Amino acid sequence: MTNEEKYIHAFTSTFEVGADEAKTLQFQGVPAWDSVGHVSLIAALEEAFDIALDPDDILDLSSFEKGRKILAKYNITV
Amino acid sequence: MMWNFHKYADHLAVIDDDERQVTYAELEGFTQTLAKHIPQRCLVFCLCQNTLGSLIGYTTSLKNRIVALMLDAHLDKDLLVRFQEQYRPDYVWLPRSLKEEIKGSEVFFDWDYSLIKTPDHHVYPLFEDLALLLTTSGSTGSPKFVRQSYKNIESNTASIVSYLHLTESERPVTTLPMNYTFGLSVINTHLAVGATLLLTDKTVIQRDFWDFMNKYDATSFSGVPYTYEMLNKLLFFRRRLPTLRTMTQAGGKLLPELHRKFAEYARQSGKNFVVMYGSAEATARMGYLPPEISLEKWGCMGKAISGGRFFLVDGQGEIITEPGVVGELFYEGDNVTLGYALCGEDLAKGDENHGRLATGDMAKVDEDGIYTIVGRKKRFLKIFGNRVGLDETEQLIKTNFPGIECACAGKDDEMHVYVTEKERCVPVRTFLVQKTGLNPVAFCVICVESLPKNEAGKVLYKKLEEMYA
Repeated sequence: MTNEEKYIHAFTSTFEVGADEAKTLQFQGVPAWDSVGHVSLIAALEEAFDIALDPDDILDLSSFEKGRKILAKYNITV
Repeated sequence: MMWNFHKYADHLAVIDDDERQVTYAELEGFTQTLAKHIPQRCLVFCLCQNTLGSLIGYTTSLKNRIVALMLDAHLDKDLLVRFQEQYRPDYVWLPRSLKEEIKGSEVFFDWDYSLIKTPDHHVYPLFEDLALLLTTSGSTGSPKFVRQSYKNIESNTASIVSYLHLTESERPVTTLPMNYTFGLSVINTHLAVGATLLLTDKTVIQRDFWDFMNKYDATSFSGVPYTYEMLNKLLFFRRRLPTLRTMTQAGGKLLPELHRKFAEYARQSGKNFVVMYGSAEATARMGYLPPEISLEKWGCMGKAISGGRFFLVDGQGEIITEPGVVGELFYEGDNVTLGYALCGEDLAKGDENHGRLATGDMAKVDEDGIYTIVGRKKRFLKIFGNRVGLDETEQLIKTNFPGIECACAGKDDEMHVYVTEKERCVPVRTFLVQKTGLNPVAFCVICVESLPKNEAGKVLYKKLEEMYA
């Protein structure tokens, strides 16, 4: 899988949505992305890219798009 | 009445995350305004959020002997309709944005909330001491509510104010819903002492929550085990929170290691970490672990609140007197609620519990009189702080999927639902998520060839879990 595929997969598997919907998602945009779902998403991303996200980044990762920018800080281009 | 808003007239009662500030005098005025539109004691559905409008609906009800049935504003629409058919409220108080969902006419609106007069009028008689109806901290979508009396709420509020030493200088930030017994107890107790509620629906994984909390100098927050797991993940211990004095935890047993970690943090930073125990059936609270001994007694639940008493009963029904022996935990006190309501007719029922509650938890007590929860007698899980009955969930599934074979088991925050037909897995999970309003990660649906049963046809849950979990 490419990084982009891994990134999209973290969202589609956590929130059980299709890839197109995943790309438009933001926090609380679907019932599954509540605080519990957020923790699952963070775990999925950390596992997929073998990183440990900084707490500030965990708070800021409030949409699919924002997540891309945050991962760039960890030298991961998606 | 446990609240005296006049006494604290010029104190701030509420600051919300729209920067709105409301004094106790104003809150009293708002409460009187809304009360004018509900002329008599009757049943009102209150659809809750952590917002000013929702709070006014609750304070108006309690202060004017109007019986509120508290629900989550995000409740599944079909369920809301079903509850309405079963309980026939005279009014519904709900966010204005949702008013189309209820049949009836809007008789008043303010603070982003609407009061809808339904076509019903005093359908079911209300027992004279009945004050409030709360879900059984579970949310399996069952129409079962706990019936709380005025005495229940007042006595529990007084006990909590006393053991947490609450004063008017407190500023709790809301971290739990108002329709959830633990969240409501935070509101009841702080309004009783003239403190300032910091009202928000934001959660600890949002930056806005921390900004709000810091801006208005929050002195306390509350959480269920899952909240503390999130805080741990967020490296909470590194945050500088100079005004924070107290963290309270209830809604299930916290992992002992996390209990120790938060108790250590509290000791080092001069704060209090208070592990507590309760349920909607006991209004809110039954026990607490005094913060001074939270670190020494990590993993323990604590002792009974003032005015209450715990005792343990063994398998033969005898009271256990020796330390270290495990038995079912019972509680006695004025906060033991009247009983349950399963339908509108039950609202006329009186006190069925007579001050005594079988908690369904197994516990032991040490030489110092401190109790520890070690397991459960009844089949239920705590999912994100909500008590969810396993047998109730099975029934719910079987009713919705006629002819299905299913069994529910699992652990806290993770229910295992066993079915015998693969094509049922996805629909069952979708159904549970929709009906409970809980995050999908709470449900793991597993397909098995058959459910192991004993000769009497009872499912062998332990065996099932050993085989597949």
